[in-house]
Order: sequence, then C-alpha cells, then structure tokens
Amino acid sequence: MADFIAWVMVLAIAAYACAGGTDYGAGFWDLLAGGAERGKRPRWLIDHAMAPVWEVNNVWLIFILVIMWTGFPTMFQAVFSAMWLPLALAAVGMVLRGAGFALRKPTRRLAQQRIYGAVFAVSSLLTPFFLGAVLGGIASGRVKVGTTASADAWANGTSVLVGLLAIAATAFLGAVFLGSDALRFGADDLVDYFRLRAMIAFGVVVVLALIGLPVTHDDARYVWDGLTGGLGLLLIILAAVCGLATVLLLWRRSYGWSRHTSVASVALVVGAWGCAQRPYVLPTSLTVAEAAGAAHTLRWLMIVTGIAIVLIGPALVLLYRLDTMGELEELTDADTRAARTPGDDL
Amino acid sequence: MLSTAALLANSTPAQLLPARELMAFTLASHILLVPFGVALPFITLLMHHRGLRRNDPVALLLARRWSAVMAVQFAIGVVTGTVLSFEFGLLWPGMMGRWGDVFGLGFGIEAWAFFLEAVLIAIYLYGWRRLKPWTHFWLAVPLPLAALMGAFGIIAANSWMNTPQGFSLDAQGKPIHVDVQQAIFTPMFGPEYWHFVVAMLLTAGYVVAGVYAVGWLRGRRDRYHRLGFTVPFTVAAILTPVQFMLGDSAARAVFHKQPIKFAATEIVWKTDTHVPEYMFGRLHPDGTISGGLKIPQLDSILAGFSPDTKVTGLSSVAASDRPTATQATIAHWAFDIMVTVGSVLILLALWYAWCWWRHRDNPRSRWFYRCGALAGVACLVTVECGWITTEVGRQPWIVYHHMRVSEAVTSTRAGSLWAMLGIVMVVYAAVFGAFLAVVLKMRTRWRIADEGSAAARAELPPETDTPYGPRSEPEPTTTGAAPGGGSGRTSGGAS
Repeated sequence: MADFIAWVMVLAIAAYACAGGTDYGAGFWDLLAGGAERGKRPRWLIDHAMAPVWEVNNVWLIFILVIMWTGFPTMFQAVFSAMWLPLALAAVGMVLRGAGFALRKPTRRLAQQRIYGAVFAVSSLLTPFFLGAVLGGIASGRVKVGTTASADAWANGTSVLVGLLAIAATAFLGAVFLGSDALRFGADDLVDYFRLRAMIAFGVVVVLALIGLPVTHDDARYVWDGLTGGLGLLLIILAAVCGLATVLLLWRRSYGWSRHTSVASVALVVGAWGCAQRPYVLPTSLTVAEAAGAAHTLRWLMIVTGIAIVLIGPALVLLYRLDTMGELEELTDADTRAARTPGDDL
Repeated sequence: MLSTAALLANSTPAQLLPARELMAFTLASHILLVPFGVALPFITLLMHHRGLRRNDPVALLLARRWSAVMAVQFAIGVVTGTVLSFEFGLLWPGMMGRWGDVFGLGFGIEAWAFFLEAVLIAIYLYGWRRLKPWTHFWLAVPLPLAALMGAFGIIAANSWMNTPQGFSLDAQGKPIHVDVQQAIFTPMFGPEYWHFVVAMLLTAGYVVAGVYAVGWLRGRRDRYHRLGFTVPFTVAAILTPVQFMLGDSAARAVFHKQPIKFAATEIVWKTDTHVPEYMFGRLHPDGTISGGLKIPQLDSILAGFSPDTKVTGLSSVAASDRPTATQATIAHWAFDIMVTVGSVLILLALWYAWCWWRHRDNPRSRWFYRCGALAGVACLVTVECGWITTEVGRQPWIVYHHMRVSEAVTSTRAGSLWAMLGIVMVVYAAVFGAFLAVVLKMRTRWRIADEGSAAARAELPPETDTPYGPRSEPEPTTTGAAPGGGSGRTSGGAS
C-alpha cells in the first residue's frame, strides 16, 4: 500500500515536472526573448499558449504536497525542516511568477507589462532551480529526520547540479511545446526559432548530465548506483532514447510526436529517480515503509485518488483537446466592451 | 495555528511569534480572495443563464466582464493558496509530521476539487468566443459544485483541528488506529462548513452588488447597473437570515464542543449560571472586565435558551491551557463585530424584501444604496473576524487539547522567519496592490466604453483593440488598425 502511494507520488512529481516544467520553460524563453520589440513575437506566443492551461499545470504541485503530508508525514516534516530556505524561496517565486503572468495580460501599458513580465520570467528561472536543489539535496541523503535547516542541505554540488538540470529540462520542454504551438497558431517563423532552442536546451541537459556523473558519484552514492544499474539504468536509457528521438524528430521537422517524446523523456527520468531511491523516501535513512502514514488513511487516499481520476481525467482531456483545437480563446476588449484609456501602448 | 500581532504567548520558542505572524498574514490575505473563488462563479453563472435564457445582451455583458475579473482573481488566489500549503511544512512541520496522516485527507479532497475547478474555470474563461453558447454554459455548471467540494476539504481539516477525533494515542502519544471518516466528519464540521459556504456566497454577493451600488449613487441609473446590483444582492439578501441561523448554531456547537473557546469569545471568566452577555469590553488577566455593554443573563439564555444554563468559564482550566486575556479579548471583539455586522445586514435584507413585497422594485432611497455599497466591505471585515474568532479562540492549541502551537512550530531561527515575513509582506502588498490596480483599470475602461461617445468606439474596429487577438491571426503587427494602438498583442516582459 505505502509503495503504491509512493509511486503515485512519483507519478505526480513526473506530471508536475512535465506540465509545470513546460510552463516554467515558457517563462525561461520569455526571459531570453530580448527587448520589447525583438521579444514581441515569442512573448505573444508564450502568452497565447500558456494562458488557458498554466493554472491547471501548476495544481500538480499542491497535489504532491498533499500526498507527501498525508501519505508520508514524517518525510514531509523532515524535508520542510531541512530545506527551509529553498522551499520558502520557491514559494515566493511561485507567487511572483503567477501574479506576474496573470497581471501582465490585462495590462495595457508597456512599462507595466515589462515589470510584470520581468517578474514572471525571472521567477520562472528561480522556482525550478530551488525545487531541483531540494530534490538534489534529498537524493544526496542530506535530509534525515531531525535535520535542521542549513545551507549545506541545498548549497552543494549535487543540489546545484540538479537545480540547473531542472532549469535545462524545463527549457527543453518549453521549447518543444512552443515549437508545436507556433505551428498550430501558424506562426511559421517561430517554429524554427523554438526548434533551435529545443535542440540547444537538450544539448545543455546532456552536458549537465555528463558533468553530473563524477560530481554525484561520491556525493549521492545510493541514487547514483540506482541510476547506473538495474531498472533505474533501463529507464534512464529509455529517457535518453526518447530525448534523442525528440531531437531527431525536430531535426527532420516532424513535429507530430516531438511533444510526446519530450514529455516521456522527462517523465522517465523522474521515474528512474524513483526507482533509484527505492526503498527509501529519504535515501539511506528513511524507507517508504517507515515513513508511511496510517494504513486506513492510505487506503482512503487511494480511493479519493481513484474517484478524482474518474472525475478529473475527462475534464483534463477536454481542456487539452479544446486547447489544441484552438477552441479556447481569451475574451477581447470587444467582448467585454472596454475602451482604451490614455497611455495605453497597445 | 495563528494569531494576531498583539499576541506574545508565554514560555514559547522565539520563532513562534514570527511563524504566527507569517501564517496569519498570508491567510488573512488569501481569505479575502476565497469568497470570489468559491462564489463568484455561481453568481456569474446566474447572470450568464439569465443572459442566455432571455437573450439579454446586458446580462451577458455583465457575465463576460465578471469572468474577466475572475480570471485575474483566480490566478492570484491560486498562488496565494499554494503558498499556504508550503507554509504548513515551512512553519508547522511538527503538526504535519505527527498528524498529517490523520487529518491530511481533507486537503487531498481539496486538492483534487481544486484541480477540477482549475480545469473547468479555464474552459469557462477561455470558452466565451468559440464554444456554442449553451455548451459553454453547461460546461461551467459543475464549477460551483467543485468549489463547494474544495471548501469541504479545507473545512474538514480546520474543523478537525478544532475538534480532533478519529484516532487513538499510543504510549508515546503518537496517533494510531486512524479512522478517516471520523476524522473528516468531526463535531464542528457541519456547523463550520455551512456557515463558511454561506458566508462566501453572501460576501461575494454583497461585494459585487456594492460595486454597482456605487455606480447607482454616482448617477449611473441604467439597466446595466440595475441588473448588476439586483442579481448578486438578491442572492446575498436571501442568504443573510439563513446565515444568521447558521451562525447561531455554530456558536452553540462551540459552546458544547469547545467550551473554553466559547468562554473566550464571550469573555466568561468563572463557570456560572445566569451569565451576563458583554457587548465588546475588555478582559483583564485577573478576570475583571472593563468597558463594554453588559446585558444581564443573556449569555446563558443564548447558550442554552434558559438563564439557568451553566456556562464554563476560562478560569476552569489552567492558565497554560486557555487563551490569554488579550487573546480572549481579540476573539471576543472579532466575534462581536461579526455578529453585529450580521444583524445589521439582516435589517438591510428586510428593507429590500419589504420594498419588493410592496412595490415589486428595489428601494429608491439613496441610503439603501449607501448601505448596499458598504455591505460588501463589511462582509469582508466579517470574514476576517470569523476566521480570527475560530483561530484565536482555539489558542494555545493547534490541535485542540492534543498539540500546542509552540510544539508544532518549525525550528528555523526567528531571524529567518522575520526576514521571510518582511519579504512576504512586501511581495503581497505589491501583488494585491497590482491586482486591485488592474481590476480598477478594467472597470475604468468599461465605464468609459459604456459612457463613451460612439465616435471614440468607432475608432476601434472590433477584435483589434486587444493585445491578444484571435489565434487565427498570429501576425501581431498586421492587425493594428486603430491609430496609436490596436495591435501588438504581445507584451513587454524582461528586456
């Protein structure tokens, strides 16, 4: 039972890494899009592609937290005590990011849009970094029950590397998705723009992963072993294959499957990490069984999850379908009958 | 779990105060958005239905504009809500570590309900243009239900903190034998849930109506303002007496299930019969009360319908197990303000009902609209007061009679927490300020358009005065028809 819930949590983390990751990646490219004039088109695409789905993409995080404290309360306590600062900063980053994005859209003045946009873009970089650093700290065994908050837990080679990897992976996902969104909205110039960026991002992911091998060899030995042997290695190889397939598909300009393969590669890496960490939730100090909450609660958590999947699955499919069919579109000023006011730049 | 600025609990770790302040500040901010997250979709759908059913363009315009506001409001609510779930771990790891598996499932329900809400709201907000009108409407109908479900989860968790059950304790005091159904349906759950849901509907109704009441007072007496006022106000007015009954039953549930909390909210010092009721007033640490309006016997009568009802006093438990005099006074004031506002709102609702009964029309008096404009603000104050009553009245317990707030608090140094509080206050002030500015700006644009000369509007061909035009025209620079704008549907951003 506890194992099952642990896998549900890994799945939820994978879902957040993919859905939320794409979203953070869009923010990353927003940051690098250049000045107001030069970045106009990519930002237009980013706004357009993200708007209907970003809230849904980010709800996964809440779900992860809930499974953590309901299913594995001891682990939740340990992680949040040890990783105080990065998690607090990630939370602040999330507020700024969401608010920046949400407020940029109804704003009509360029100067204000720049501020909101900058806030959105910069925090799109910081939040995944800190979340990645937390994962790195956990994987390296720095979090134990009773560990108090200290910089060592997250300011170390493994954490920094995983943080950077998280950014690179989100940039990769973001670019792949934006590329096909550009195709979907008929913005042909942006297809190549993001195609190039997706490939660069993938290159960075590979480089970081290679750097990671020696860095984590001693620092995060348990997970390192798990990732370089057995089921973990298999999943990593599959992830690599999916990643390469994505690049190949992009190279040949066939965009139909590129999104699926990119998502699969990220999800498989998360899965591999889950495998590598077995049977621990906190490597070498706390196992899944030890951390598990009350059996009755876990059973109900499964039931609630099951019901929720039945209720939400169709709704989620409908949302993504309507979105990809182009049925979802923002209300315009004409719809709400709004006038322009002096000072509007748009 | 939290408390207010004046509270310095006795014999406590140094990080307790900043942790409380941080939680109190973030929750107090988030709770102001909750009524709109829970109830604005319902009110908007009412208006939407009216618009579709009667083919009423004014009602449809109102529904569209409200949904434009909802889009921004919901986004801000999502992020402030996410912060709260982080804070459970960042500030109260002791509570989550020990009790997470007992009461956490409520949050699980909430998370899923919220997920559904986010999906549905996305479809609703972005479905206006392309979906068939009735399809669009029906896709949004589950939205208020998802909101009710989300509230169910949150209130289940909070009512569990007030009246914890569904577990037994082992020799080390760790919870075992968890029974989830019992942990969700605790004694306080029912009264708290309905009181909360109705409060949310009421508040959203009065706030939205208040906006149009102001417009009415400023002389904009068109059908648009009439409709914008009447629909939400009617919802709120119908629910006001209902809420009064629910509030009364909630208070009586507290009397039975959390007698010390009841004693704090009513500043009752000694267990006694024939207890007088104090309106406001201040409790001192020695049990004396200064100020306030004393009504003999009334507290006993309210609690048990008879002056012979015995009311438990604060002094019946050790000082360390009850709220301090200051905390009791805060809870008491919050409670009294809540009750006073509720009672005054009933008079307003009666005034409205009377006019409809006699004249089949809204009241004409300017005073009615002045009160209507104030009602929304008063409701927001009341929501804060209700929450303060619940949370401060429970002190010093985070889990009533099982865990003190000081046992749950993080071990992070007070300095870091104070710094974080400072950062969060600045960030929230900026975010809420920007949010208000954006909404007010939207209102101004709409007003100008409604009043505006036809010529000004003719300048803007439909569909082009938007920064994010239809997706079928991706070229942002080609649609600029209106002079000085109308195009550029992208935005600035970091540069």
